[in-house]
Amino acid sequence: MKNQNKVAFSRRNFIKTSALASGGLLIGFNFFTACKEAAQPPVDISKLNFNDFNAFIKIADNGYVTIFSPNPEIGQGVKTSMPMIIAEELDVPWEHVSVQQGVLDTENFQRQVAGGSQSIRFGWDALRQTGATAKQMLVNAAAAKWGVDASTCKASNGIITNNNGDTLGYGDVVSEAALLEVPENVTLKSPKDYKIIGKDAINVDMEAIITGKPLFGLDYTSEGMKYVSVARPPAFGQKIDSFDATEAKAVNGVIDVVQFGDKVAVLASNTWAAMKGKKALKVNWTNDNDLENTSDHDHELNKILNSNKLDVRREDGNVKKAFAEADKVLEHTYESPFLPHNCMEPMNFYANVTDDKVHLVGPIQTPAGTARRIANLINRNEDDIHLEMTRMGGGFGRRLYGDFALEAAEISNITKQPVKVIFSREDDMAAGIYRPAIKYRIKASIKDGKVTGYHLKEAAINSNMYGLIPNFFPAGAIENYKVETGNYRSKITTGAWRAPYTNFLAFAEQSFFDELAKELEIDPVRLRLDLLSNVEEGKDPSIEYSAKRMTDTINLAVEKSNWGKSRDGIYQGFAAYYSHNTHVAEVVDISMKNGNPMVEKVTVAVDCGIVVNPTGAKNQIEGGVIDGIGHAMYGDFSFENGQPQDVNFNTYRLIRMKETPIVETHFVENELSPTGLGEPGLPPAGGALSNAIKAATGQVLTKQPFINEFNKRKTDLSA
Amino acid sequence: MATFNLKVNGKSKTVNVDNDTPLLWVLRDELNLLGTKYGCGIAQCGACTVHVDGVAIRSCSVPASNIADSEITTIEGLAKEKLHPVQEAWKELDVPQCGYCQAGQIMTATSFLKQNPSPNNEDIRNAMNGNLCRCASYNRIEKAVALAAKKMS
Repeated sequence: MKNQNKVAFSRRNFIKTSALASGGLLIGFNFFTACKEAAQPPVDISKLNFNDFNAFIKIADNGYVTIFSPNPEIGQGVKTSMPMIIAEELDVPWEHVSVQQGVLDTENFQRQVAGGSQSIRFGWDALRQTGATAKQMLVNAAAAKWGVDASTCKASNGIITNNNGDTLGYGDVVSEAALLEVPENVTLKSPKDYKIIGKDAINVDMEAIITGKPLFGLDYTSEGMKYVSVARPPAFGQKIDSFDATEAKAVNGVIDVVQFGDKVAVLASNTWAAMKGKKALKVNWTNDNDLENTSDHDHELNKILNSNKLDVRREDGNVKKAFAEADKVLEHTYESPFLPHNCMEPMNFYANVTDDKVHLVGPIQTPAGTARRIANLINRNEDDIHLEMTRMGGGFGRRLYGDFALEAAEISNITKQPVKVIFSREDDMAAGIYRPAIKYRIKASIKDGKVTGYHLKEAAINSNMYGLIPNFFPAGAIENYKVETGNYRSKITTGAWRAPYTNFLAFAEQSFFDELAKELEIDPVRLRLDLLSNVEEGKDPSIEYSAKRMTDTINLAVEKSNWGKSRDGIYQGFAAYYSHNTHVAEVVDISMKNGNPMVEKVTVAVDCGIVVNPTGAKNQIEGGVIDGIGHAMYGDFSFENGQPQDVNFNTYRLIRMKETPIVETHFVENELSPTGLGEPGLPPAGGALSNAIKAATGQVLTKQPFINEFNKRKTDLSA
Repeated sequence: MATFNLKVNGKSKTVNVDNDTPLLWVLRDELNLLGTKYGCGIAQCGACTVHVDGVAIRSCSVPASNIADSEITTIEGLAKEKLHPVQEAWKELDVPQCGYCQAGQIMTATSFLKQNPSPNNEDIRNAMNGNLCRCASYNRIEKAVALAAKKMS
């Protein structure tokens, strides 16, 4: 493991400074790339140019610090945790720091993307270096003022001191510091000296959130803005044939109705009129006879699992031989439905396309790519595009896709009006980009009481597990190991959904390991630990997880959950999973009430390296675990004739407070570089739950959502 | 179109909207009170919760014409000189993740605590069950309601 104190960075290359005309120091920095030779931070704070820099820090002449935080905030807490890292190394009191969302994005903005739980992991080095460099510049300026050697000076909590007992505030030397060379070799703090990292910092937007300030895309308005509701083909595969807007136009407040592509936009003076206008539209959609049903997907995915024409994604040893020589072969098939993201804030975007520029505002996880696509779509120069990110009412992967922003831009381009496209909940749930339906078939061979072979087949809609997943556990732990994937191209659109693929793969594998443990007559946790002990750390560099870190994480979960110590009416299930560079182990405690499982408690152990902001970190784990439990238990989404059967919360069931377990989170303590937390808590939850249900009822669950099994059983009993 | 006189957060407001316009869109689009959120439009998620004469209602499903002359309180009107104890509790326990549903959660909680000032956990779970939080900040909401009850006692 790399020591977080020794990172080779050339400071001069990625940090540049300027003296602000209004007083103070402005530092521009880039996360991965060097700054362009000619790039300079502006002297006017209103002219921040994110084309040249990923992010900026302003140190005002009162010593207060404003960080223009680069990454989009979707509820994962980076708007709080990333500035904490800068503030730590800069060594200013956290109360003196304020944070503003960086406005835009460009090609150069390498990682202005919220996704993959990677913001903190990638930002860690650059954020610390930038903070430490700024601090050194302030120290150098103070030393010059005093005429002493900078190495005899110290800075802490925004105050610089020297050996003579003199003190200067950061604000006292900021104008001088702004004129200095950017120093090359700065020392980073040792984790034991951290004052901000590792301490709870409440969400920087807290006051605004709890008092109802307009923060979100849906809250954005501008002079003359039209509210837009869009009619889209109701079934995947359908196209528009014709439409009649007479009644829509008669709705009070409706201003215009325009077709674009296979969609029809209703522009109105308020949201209600736009929604009513859309309902009053008469659209004839094409009548297709090849629209898809869930039963078709079922059939196609089974066909893939039964075929021998899958892509081999990883193969160690000889699986075929292992199965041929086995004493026993175990096989199970696991199934999951499509899932909509259901961000609480429905998709929406503002666009104002004028001859001068294209102004876009809204909640988007991928600002750079979306701006580029919009430039292509409406045939504009990328330099014309100005995109402002708002806070996002949830993302879960859905806002990686800019379809709603493209719609807004296209409508504004046609109508030459400032517009805001607003999805109703029904629009949002029916518009696609779902988690794909997936089936896994897992087969393992046992010989002389040992697991000798493991073969996993993935059949998924539209695309398959991404590159590194085949190298996750149990790769490296079982001698003969094979992962194969195949997909069926559907008209139903799919995309990333919190912890893509692993959100279901972990359930399949972790349930399967419990079956293996039963077969081997050993404790399920023991099975995982035994398998992990087969992995020689570092021997195979392609292996993604650390067997040691996973073992420590499992042991912590076992200790904190009272694993295996029976209590009346409580049944436990275990799962452990590595994803997004973080190791997580979970123990689910359930009880049975009226034949239904009640999830009482989930004990979680997490190794994410250094925990930057414990309250935020726990929030992510609590949310991820409950999200995983909720969707494994209730998430159901099917299609008839290309149309989703549920489009609002009256029939589509999300977990609610009464079904929610208490989540207790424990972190493995170490000084390793931090990794992300937005996703890794979710994948193990479904498996730990199914294993607990099995412990309670003996029933092996292979199909999500689990609630269908219980409802079915009740129907059978009453029949 | 009709003219309605509404009393929102202690101020008299006159709006000119269609009879069937839900209070939610009157608040958001006419009165620029954007703290009340749209989530589902069918009273299933609670994001749009406001108080009408002190009682929590789903503003997405109540036409403004039904509640003229009533006293409406939105999230913007909850804090007087300082934060409401429920807001204080939310802050203290760092409840929000994305934050979108929290105005509705807070409005449901404040109304509930007025009716039941010393709830047990089951009371809290029942009372808050109608408000969805997709980030699943439920553990903290539950604790924050209990903490607010303590603060108010």
